[in-house]
Amino acid sequence: MERLLTAIDRTGGVNLLPLAVAFVAFFLIGVPSSWVTLTVAGLAMGMMIFLMASGLSLVFGLMDVLNFGHSAFVSFGAFVAASVLGWLAGWLGSESVALNAAAIFLAFLAAIAFGLAAGWFFEAVIIRPVYHDHLRQILITMGALIVAEQMILAIWGGTPINVPRPNFLEGSVLMGDVAIEKYRVFAFLLGLVVYLALKFTLNRTRIGLLIRAGVENREMVEALGFRIDRLFIAVFMVGSALAALGGAMWAGYETLITPALGAEMMIVVFIVVIIGGLGSIEGTLLGAIMVGLVANYVGFLAPKLALASNMILMMVILLWRPNGLRPAVK
Amino acid sequence: MSLLSLKSMQTSIGQYAVLHDVSLEVPEGGVFVLLGRNGAGKTTTLRSIMGLWEPSPGSVRFRGTDLTEMHTADIARLGIAFVPEDMGIFGGLTVEENLILATANGSFDKAALERIWRLFPALETFWTKAAWSLSGGQKQMLAVARAIIEPRELILIDEPTKGLAPSIIDAMADAFREISANTTILLVEQNFEFARSLGRDMAVIDDGRIAHAGSMADFTANTDLQESLLSLSA
Repeated sequence: MERLLTAIDRTGGVNLLPLAVAFVAFFLIGVPSSWVTLTVAGLAMGMMIFLMASGLSLVFGLMDVLNFGHSAFVSFGAFVAASVLGWLAGWLGSESVALNAAAIFLAFLAAIAFGLAAGWFFEAVIIRPVYHDHLRQILITMGALIVAEQMILAIWGGTPINVPRPNFLEGSVLMGDVAIEKYRVFAFLLGLVVYLALKFTLNRTRIGLLIRAGVENREMVEALGFRIDRLFIAVFMVGSALAALGGAMWAGYETLITPALGAEMMIVVFIVVIIGGLGSIEGTLLGAIMVGLVANYVGFLAPKLALASNMILMMVILLWRPNGLRPAVK
Repeated sequence: MSLLSLKSMQTSIGQYAVLHDVSLEVPEGGVFVLLGRNGAGKTTTLRSIMGLWEPSPGSVRFRGTDLTEMHTADIARLGIAFVPEDMGIFGGLTVEENLILATANGSFDKAALERIWRLFPALETFWTKAAWSLSGGQKQMLAVARAIIEPRELILIDEPTKGLAPSIIDAMADAFREISANTTILLVEQNFEFARSLGRDMAVIDDGRIAHAGSMADFTANTDLQESLLSLSA
């Protein structure tokens, strides 16, 4: 076993895990077209979960805040985007790709703007009084999630809301006998763009350097002359906006959303952050892709195990790497 | 006027009072050494000066400016650098990135960088390596380099020789001598030989109170005092 783990580390380490999972699934599934469809679905799902989880990972790593209310931003993002898409239904149904794109762009923009504003409010009113107290953080942020769910019920009602998709993202691309849903490709590409933008910001900018340093040692960043509390607010707002964007993407993916969306996603988002390793964007992406792939493969191969698959995955990974796949250095 | 003046500083961590009454005058220039047994309050004194633990009551003044209510970042911007006991290195960042973070505008002054490379050649060798991969001595060099990459007026250094090999300690002593020519160093140290070789003025802290303050030369000559305050035998 020891030799196998050393060999894995030597040949690319944990980054190869999704490939290994896909490779094993290929033989278990046996039908190439089904495997391609499930793999694309898993990658798209993973990217959307990455959007939701990346902010939480940074907030967790940098601020040491256990924000169980994070998925409230996912819910609100989904509902805000659904409302905007509903108002722009005419543009969505248009044959013009430009109008289609404008509608979805505005919906995402509204979700991001809401996430930024709500993130600022949430940090100032709910999080700030409970810094350094994990128990109170858990209680108050879970309470906030319940309040958010009730607010959604009050504003949008309890009936599931149908989320229209733009014409240009409807249907599938056929490649031989493989059908790939356009929306999934779009979700994957958008997630990839966000990942690259985050990676660039964290690795190539001074603010990114400060965030990476802050994840490791907040006190020392302050002793070097930087107000990390201000950085906290910015990171919290961006994390909330990313969650809202993830929620907006998820709404278009599911096409039917309910006020319980946030609570349903909360566990998955936390699993991804824990699997990936706190404070690490690369780890969060890896964790999200793993969760997406495993959920789709297991859902096909053993539907009864689908619900438990994420938990089993987390247990296995934590037994192997207790700090997650790619934790930020602490 | 002293560069740094502590008056009746008291600091509690949670419900425990660590510093009971610390009054100290650190003059400008040279190395001022703060000695004391384990748990006497040396580290707490440095952290209280940096605002990492809030002293109350009492006052901390730097060039006449009251630091007591100031945020740590604002204290650092006054020209005070801190090298903590655990070195505070960002392991996931490269040597270069660790140093960039300590600059005011994200770029290096060429002369300052060359001085660091001359004092600590290993840092140039491992410039692009992640800091976690450095040895203990190299990490300490990086921590000190980070404190001098920009002009500072005062550097607080907490037990820099802890766990280091004798050759590294010698290199560190040489570096401190050069740095102290134009920057004041407040050095907390348990290695008396190292402290004696550098210090001009000194104080001994015992059970959260300043038990003795004076010149290092006088303290070195007084073996009875050393025995009673630091349990050092002649």
